[in-house]
Amino acid sequence: MSKTIELKLPSRIESVDESAVFAEKVARDWGYTDEFLSAIDLAVRESVANAVKHGNKFDEEKQVEVVMTDAAEGLEMTVRDHGEGFDVDEIPDPTNPENLLKVNGRGILFMRSFMDEVGWERAMGGGMIVKMLKKR
Amino acid sequence: MADINISERQAGDVTVLDLDGKVTIGEGSVALRNAIRRLLGEGKNKILLNLGGVGYIDSSGIGELVSSYTAVNKEGGVLKLLNLTQKIQDLLAITKLLTVFDVYDSEADALASYS
Repeated sequence: MSKTIELKLPSRIESVDESAVFAEKVARDWGYTDEFLSAIDLAVRESVANAVKHGNKFDEEKQVEVVMTDAAEGLEMTVRDHGEGFDVDEIPDPTNPENLLKVNGRGILFMRSFMDEVGWERAMGGGMIVKMLKKR
Repeated sequence: MADINISERQAGDVTVLDLDGKVTIGEGSVALRNAIRRLLGEGKNKILLNLGGVGYIDSSGIGELVSSYTAVNKEGGVLKLLNLTQKIQDLLAITKLLTVFDVYDSEADALASYS
């Protein structure tokens, strides 16, 4: 039977660390390995940072919601913001030579690199949800 | 405890910054930015970042490395990287930034490259 746990955080920078500490503890309790935890840690940091900065734009009245599920296939994680949303296909490729020296824009690349599946959808009631899966 | 400690030493006309801790969104990235700005303000524009003690870096930290690199270049200086951990090397490879940064495993080789 799958297990699910949820964490709600205010939209501030400190929430990035808090979410990572939370995710690591949960994943460890569920028996995942150190290498696995490293990928989860990076993915939750990048997704929560995006939700705080670009989604909720540091509005502490808006929460970031992290849901982790220990599923048959592996660890599923969703991160929801309450922002205006975006089209992921319009995010510039940071590895394109013309973008290499840009300061921002690498978080999604990291999430895609370290998780097996990553997808975005608009949430009912507003905001974006990023869904990620790291297979066992 | 601070996310990162940055200590400075001089090797000839090259300033070496030894970073110890995390370069992540918030404090770690800001500390690096401030250190680079201060050095440039002092006219020190040959900078070697020793990342051997950096146990963790995120996309914000990688962005700060890029920002440091361009800020130093703009001042006519050179910023190079020393002692990348495997994790940082992996992230720089994924982002294709290994093609941008001059990276060294040996401090002696790194310092010699400035002359």
